[in-house]
Amino acid sequence: MKLTLKIWRQPSQNVKGKFETYSLDNVSEHMSFLEMLDVLNEKLSFEQKVPIAFEHDCREGICGTCSLVINGQPHGPLQGTTTCQLHMRNFKDGETIVIEPYRASAFPVLKDLSVDRGALDRIIQAGGFISVSTGQAQDANAIPIEKDVASHAFDAATCIGCGACVAACPNSSAMLFTSAKVAHLALLPQGKVEAQKRVLNMVRQMDLENFGNCSNITACEAECPKGISVSNIALMNREFLSASFSSNDAN
Amino acid sequence: MHMDNLNLNGNVPSGDLSDKWTTYRSTLPLVAPNNKLKIEIIVVGTGLAGASAAATLGELGYLVKCYSFHDSPRRAHSIAAQGGINAAKNYRNDGDSVFRLFYDTIKGGDYRSREANVYRLAEVSTSIIDQAVAQGVPFAREYGGLLDNRSFGGVQVSRTFYARGQTGQQLLLGAYQSLSRQIALGNVKMFTRHEMIELVLKDGKARGIIARNLLTGELEKHGAHAVVLATGGYGNVFYLSTNAMNCNVTAAMRAVAKGAFMANPCFTQIHPTCIPQMGEYQSKLTLMSESLRNDGRVWVPAKKEDAKAIRDGVKTALDIPETDRDYFLERRYPAFGNLVPRDVASRAAKTACDEGNGIVPTGLGVFLDFSAAIERYGKSKANILGLANPSNAKVIELGEKVIEEKYGNLFEMYEKISGENPYKFPMKIYPAVHYTMGGLWVDYNLMTNVPGLFSIGESNFSDHGANRLGASALMQGLADGYFVLPYTIGTFLSEDISTPKLDVNAPEFTAAADLAKQRIEKLFAIKGKQSAESFHRRLGKIIWEYCGMSRTAEGLTSARKQVRALRDEFYADLYLPGVANDLNPELEKALRVADFIDLGEIMVVDALDRNESCGGHFREEYQTPDGEALRRDDEYAYVSAWEFKGADQDPILHKEILHFDNVELKTRSYK
Repeated sequence: MKLTLKIWRQPSQNVKGKFETYSLDNVSEHMSFLEMLDVLNEKLSFEQKVPIAFEHDCREGICGTCSLVINGQPHGPLQGTTTCQLHMRNFKDGETIVIEPYRASAFPVLKDLSVDRGALDRIIQAGGFISVSTGQAQDANAIPIEKDVASHAFDAATCIGCGACVAACPNSSAMLFTSAKVAHLALLPQGKVEAQKRVLNMVRQMDLENFGNCSNITACEAECPKGISVSNIALMNREFLSASFSSNDAN
Repeated sequence: MHMDNLNLNGNVPSGDLSDKWTTYRSTLPLVAPNNKLKIEIIVVGTGLAGASAAATLGELGYLVKCYSFHDSPRRAHSIAAQGGINAAKNYRNDGDSVFRLFYDTIKGGDYRSREANVYRLAEVSTSIIDQAVAQGVPFAREYGGLLDNRSFGGVQVSRTFYARGQTGQQLLLGAYQSLSRQIALGNVKMFTRHEMIELVLKDGKARGIIARNLLTGELEKHGAHAVVLATGGYGNVFYLSTNAMNCNVTAAMRAVAKGAFMANPCFTQIHPTCIPQMGEYQSKLTLMSESLRNDGRVWVPAKKEDAKAIRDGVKTALDIPETDRDYFLERRYPAFGNLVPRDVASRAAKTACDEGNGIVPTGLGVFLDFSAAIERYGKSKANILGLANPSNAKVIELGEKVIEEKYGNLFEMYEKISGENPYKFPMKIYPAVHYTMGGLWVDYNLMTNVPGLFSIGESNFSDHGANRLGASALMQGLADGYFVLPYTIGTFLSEDISTPKLDVNAPEFTAAADLAKQRIEKLFAIKGKQSAESFHRRLGKIIWEYCGMSRTAEGLTSARKQVRALRDEFYADLYLPGVANDLNPELEKALRVADFIDLGEIMVVDALDRNESCGGHFREEYQTPDGEALRRDDEYAYVSAWEFKGADQDPILHKEILHFDNVELKTRSYK
């Protein structure tokens, strides 16, 4: 395959970026999208040019490091797939592909296609945990959990923290990310105890980080590589409302 | 550390095996709560071991500083572990016990690990499951609401807990969430996008690190009373492996350069079920969970002409009748069949392919077939539903649903990568490098031979001997981080309660930072023509060819020369774009490749020294008449701990003699 690539280049956070155009020949359809970028970077290296910075690690679709907006879609055209699991067989010979970083004011661009997603960690730090210290636990089978409930909690827990939901949302909202953790923990008996405090603190942090509001567009669910459902947002809204009325222990 | 005549002592406490840890734990020196508040600990790495250790040390009241080269402490490659985590809970009432888990692990490791460490691992395994469930880890459950288990990789009891195909991800999120809580409380200070590139010693003790801020390139000096390396394995020395792209050996090799010993580096694990390599551009290999071998049958065509026809695309697996298939694991190992340990399964696949029966264009691939399981599950489901005489199509439909429930995400991942539907066509698999049993030498306290320097998780050598059993990596990482290190680090720190906060302007820190700076400047000054990536790829080929699934003295001798020549070429012709004081992934890579080259040579030297076959280390000269590994316990029941004397010199071998008082050394047989 022969491809034309329009890639966002930005030397650093405070310098204005722009698109650069590259052409690449002999792209195999079996390559992953990131391997295609590897080949381009090796080519740039040989030409003594500065390679394109992009983030990636496991290349198995599970670590959540890779990002990229490909032809306007976070993680590219294939549903339920991270960029690293996207293969070139999903593109056509002669195609022009536009590659950009995630765009959101809460995710500043660091360099080229790399952005800072630290805001998501800070939302978890605000309350996305169960307050149990090592050694305090009772026997694992002491509290039975209904199989369907455990499975529902698992569905929410599969979020990989990649931030595609934020990049997909016209409001740059982090509601899907935040609600997935709220739901995962609120559904389990172990997490229920501090559910009210958790949801208030996480939502507060989400707002502090400059993420936008949810206006039920649901692009987040459509672009989520793990298929996290927007029903988690509904669950979070319920949790948040009831906590707002009944709780006074947010901090 | 006690050392005489190059013999190392693991500092194992005395007493009965089953009481050792409990007794030792109850008599360990403690650090009082008021003193903990004055003691700083550096933890490098945020995988299962690092995150669990940092969180637990923070809970105990120490001042913890934690470092990760990732953008977030939730990304480490522990997340990729699919299959599960072992624990001797005996929830299945199938005869499991702490002793049995200990015994399986010692035997599975081919009697090259330390009894006391392995027993302790088995002992604390049950607490890990309790801890994870309390954190909200959504393990698989049965309809009664209790935890489900499965049998996994080379054992005959069902002791593996799992969370669909995402056990590692869910366990790491549990540890990450505990760590996040400690970060919010101010007990742990988290440094993301920081890579340790030098260890700082003061008066012979590990007292800090030089960390490169990956965004600015600044070389930062960080001091602490003790340093814990939880930096993972070195599988990427092979270039192609199932490790994440950024997994590296730099932190460990920087410690080795400062005197820490590298133990058993030649013990590497080749995982039998990975997606075969497709092309030269390929950046990594993808693992298909070993749990698939519970239901998949491994085979190649019995006739070479059939294998060739499949390779050429003339036939598919479905064209080969049952009678012309060689289920070689079931044939060679009737007792364990498709569930033999990883090293045995991998070598058998290699043998089948070497004999010309491989089924992918490169010749390096075998089938993993689910059709029998689909039929079996389908019939059982039809029975449950009360369907009399269900059609074949109905049976397959029902069976595929059961398989989808068990392995859905794995099948999906396989289809994305290979473009083939594994419900209809058998998967194509081949072994790939997956885990490294070798690592920094540590004693019973998980302290290296450098006082104050600890190593936990995959980065140490301690528990898996020459071969790791499935679902034991998660167990070890979390055992070390939650339940071992937080206690044992007290033995070192209790002597240090009056040591003041480390002054990072001390000459030792400046010297270490200068050393790191010089190394970086040296790489930029080469101004050659070849990328770090291209050197890495070539190094990987040498190590895979000569120090991979099977090894010979002749090949290893040649490999050492080739690695040395590659090192010379690296330092003469590396091209490094960009600048040092900026985000520069190429510089990160070049620094890592330099360390991989030095490690590669030590690996080869270690493999050459070990004139026996054991676990993942198969020396062709040492095999039984029917091609099985030949261990030589009289001469080689020791841990090889290598002291690095610089790239231009031979490393010095220190031995820790292994004593087996509780198990009888047997030849592993899975027949």
